[in-house]
Amino acid sequence: MKILPPVSIVTRRFLPSSWDVMAAIFVFGLIILFSDASREVIQPLTSLARKPISLDPSALPQYALRTALRMLVALAFSLTFTFTYATWAAKSPRAGTLLVPLLDILQSIPILGFLSVTLVFFLSLAPGRILGAEFAAVFLIFTSQAWNMAFSFYQSLRTVPTELTEAGRVFGLNAWARFWRIEVPFGMPQLIWNMMMSMSGAWFMLVASEAFTVGNTSITLPGIGSYIAAAVEAKSLPAIFWAIGAMLVVILIFDQLLFRPLVAWADRFRIDAEPGDEEVESWALKMYRRSKLFDAIGTPFEILMRRSYQLTPPARKLPVAKAVIPAWLAAGIWYAILVVLGAYVVWRVASFVGASLGFSDFVGVFLRGLATMARVILLIALASLVWVPIGIHVGLRPHLTRIVQPIAQFLAAFPVNLLFPVAVYLIVRWELNPDIWLSPLMVLGTQWYILFNVIAGASALPKELRDVSDNLQIKGWLWWKNVALPAVFPYYVTGAITASGGSWNASIVAEVVSWGSRQLHAFGLGAYIFDATTAGDYHRIVLGLAMMSFLVVTVNRLFWRPLYWYAERKYRMG
Amino acid sequence: MDASVLLDVHGVRRTFPRPGGDELLVLDGVDLSLKEGEIVGLLGRSGSGKSTLLRLIAGLARPQGGSLSYLGQPIDGPASGIAMVFQGFALFPWLTVLENVQLGLEALGLPEKEIRTRALAAIDLIGLDGYESAYPRELSGGMRQRVGFARSLVVHPNILLMDEPFSALDVLTAENLRTDLIELWMQAKLPIKGIILVTHNIEEAVQMCDRVLLFSSNPGRVTSEIVIDAPRPRERTDPRFEDYVDQIYVAMTARRVERQRQAPPTGSAPVQQLTHVSSSTIAGLIEAVAAPPYNGKADLPDIASDLQLEIDDLFPVTEALQLLRLGDIEGGDIKLTHMGKRFADADTNERKEIFSRSLQSYVPFATHIRRVLDERANHAAPRRRFIDELEDHMAEDAAEETLRAIISWARFAELFSYDKESEMFSLENPT
Repeated sequence: MKILPPVSIVTRRFLPSSWDVMAAIFVFGLIILFSDASREVIQPLTSLARKPISLDPSALPQYALRTALRMLVALAFSLTFTFTYATWAAKSPRAGTLLVPLLDILQSIPILGFLSVTLVFFLSLAPGRILGAEFAAVFLIFTSQAWNMAFSFYQSLRTVPTELTEAGRVFGLNAWARFWRIEVPFGMPQLIWNMMMSMSGAWFMLVASEAFTVGNTSITLPGIGSYIAAAVEAKSLPAIFWAIGAMLVVILIFDQLLFRPLVAWADRFRIDAEPGDEEVESWALKMYRRSKLFDAIGTPFEILMRRSYQLTPPARKLPVAKAVIPAWLAAGIWYAILVVLGAYVVWRVASFVGASLGFSDFVGVFLRGLATMARVILLIALASLVWVPIGIHVGLRPHLTRIVQPIAQFLAAFPVNLLFPVAVYLIVRWELNPDIWLSPLMVLGTQWYILFNVIAGASALPKELRDVSDNLQIKGWLWWKNVALPAVFPYYVTGAITASGGSWNASIVAEVVSWGSRQLHAFGLGAYIFDATTAGDYHRIVLGLAMMSFLVVTVNRLFWRPLYWYAERKYRMG
Repeated sequence: MDASVLLDVHGVRRTFPRPGGDELLVLDGVDLSLKEGEIVGLLGRSGSGKSTLLRLIAGLARPQGGSLSYLGQPIDGPASGIAMVFQGFALFPWLTVLENVQLGLEALGLPEKEIRTRALAAIDLIGLDGYESAYPRELSGGMRQRVGFARSLVVHPNILLMDEPFSALDVLTAENLRTDLIELWMQAKLPIKGIILVTHNIEEAVQMCDRVLLFSSNPGRVTSEIVIDAPRPRERTDPRFEDYVDQIYVAMTARRVERQRQAPPTGSAPVQQLTHVSSSTIAGLIEAVAAPPYNGKADLPDIASDLQLEIDDLFPVTEALQLLRLGDIEGGDIKLTHMGKRFADADTNERKEIFSRSLQSYVPFATHIRRVLDERANHAAPRRRFIDELEDHMAEDAAEETLRAIISWARFAELFSYDKESEMFSLENPT
């Protein structure tokens, strides 16, 4: 997006700088990785069975690379999805009425749901080759990344300041140029933050997306997720620790080479930033900026993009304000189409499920749904009791925030399967009831969203309000009740909504837990969907998914949405 | 057709759809023309549709009726000869000063070298030398608006549209930028042929414009045109300058007084549209007028500049004074009534009493709410009941605003109370 000539032309120095050397290592490393991986994925699918996952730590770097590549590819797809789906939803209010609730439903469908219905399709894309299974795995990772990114971008698009858009139009930018020069930059900081969240989500679901079983088809792709699955099956504690180590290293590399530079770079897109704000430092961004190699790679794209802005002349014609068809009629037709479409889908689902399942199945699934719902509600409440006070305490102390935030971010990415040994050991050792004691696993990865948001809320508490409460000597419960809790409440609600949605998704990996041959089941919807997927029973899968979507969306609409707006109205500062 | 006419606006009508399905009329039958070498000011209170008109001229929206033409061509989208300067600057925070200025030229597809030379020339002209690589957030408000000007000038537009370009700046910065701009205009250094300036600042209009069009609100119409025939630069202390300012004040308030007089007499229909003004602002103005040097009667331009009030701040308060019969406006002057003078001398409790009496006598809807509350056994009534009643007589947002004004005044007068949480009116005051 910069207009100045490339640094490599401006500077007189001829010899490559140390940044160039580093950049070269980086680029060629990536090229070798890709070629390695691509040679692997065209092997026949049967070769997977001949080469089982090795628990030898020396195999881990190779696995880690494959996992990292899969995640990156999925992230690229998620971005493409975000830029198209969210843009469509935001630009066409009518499409938005369908696309936004659809996003809500997609978000509520757990990863196994996507797996069971799409696996056959993906395998058929590259018959008999690993590539097909790789497609499926990438798609699964995509499903744990894309939705919140799309939603964040949709929100950004709807809040682009009107003056900026108008300025763009007055100065002759066409829609394509406005998108890349105004709307995308404006949404960037929020989008990058959500990309980081998405990555955590992808790690959390990693085992489910690399090693899966649908009916008779069992697939285990080389990667950290499969390594963890194998470690759990072989009851190998050392392997579990190796996996944690490898994950930590990959997350660190992602942070240093991808996310930190992105955050530092996106700092300039923040519209509310003040010069005094703390700047994010990133050595990798310096490398990208200062090396001639990256310039050489980037410049053609830049020129291409700039040309593309001028391809079509700036939009001149404006639609006449008076519509040909009255607005109410057009809206009426659109809603009629939606209702008919919705009714058709409901009828199809009902007839598909009803073909082999009866009313008793339905009641059974509903009860399981209620059990899972009870777990989610109870655990979110418990997690709130723990993390709200801690979050406030941390958020008011910037030095603590700097330490706690990255740790919490890592913990949010922690795949729940890594804790199976602990859970199984404790439950078997003390003969505990799995219906109760497996539940904590559900909020393990999601409770951190509450902590993140409460920290953010507490650190946003205006200094003046803190000063005045010190001045009036407001302390103890009075302080919590009148100062701290109201201040973080809107933030807390947003965090709790995310956490609750995530916990529903997590139920499919948290309600069925195994260690070696020992498998523990909890009574719940997640376990139901897991079992149905493993058995390849499509009728039960669809019924379970529909029930989960229904419950999640209902809880969101009836409970979280009113609470959210109440919090926004009453407690939002400024 | 006269060759020197840059822009011709004829009979323009613009409405906005409202959620209820009906339409809000913002501009009605507006005529305007801009000739070469002219600066035309559009002056009016917020909500008078002047910014909407500017956006129609910029091609950012289309009117429902009437016609707009630029150099004889109908305007059906952003035209490349029309550039705009925005109230909130509308700079892209992620682009440097230079990149912001170059943006419009890039969209034109000019060769890179020409883009660079023209951008640097514009930056130079507007006094931004040395700031090329700065980001907007590093600049002060005045410097940011200079970037806004440079960005518009660089495309060499025939018409420059300015949407309250100085209103987001502090007084000194605004003055500094205005004089710079006028100087460049007089020296014919600006690559533009005509300017349309939207403003709500009367002095600014007199200082800059050749002609000023006065807009009325709800719906926006041009009510009169005042030609400012004085050599530039114009000094505020010049008696002729003051005459023009007075003339505009008289024109703007005369219209309002007339409208108020035309309003139905009290008692018949208990609904009038109100603008919310805090009771402490009302008290503040009364005190200021009562005190020396005004001693109960003040020239509006004087007191406005004394209290540093823009017309958007001043007129709603003077209207509230008129409505409550605490003050009266005639010939550009505000005069306290007998009640107004008593109010000025009273202590808090007496003030509340006077205010309450005025409110009950001259704002029938407030009395109406009180009566309903008195009649009910529990002395409480939901908001819905009254807002519905108001909406029978006026648009939804006007009803909201009216009720807000009544609630705020009734609270000061201790006539009744209102709980926002439960949206209930009641007679209970927390004790």
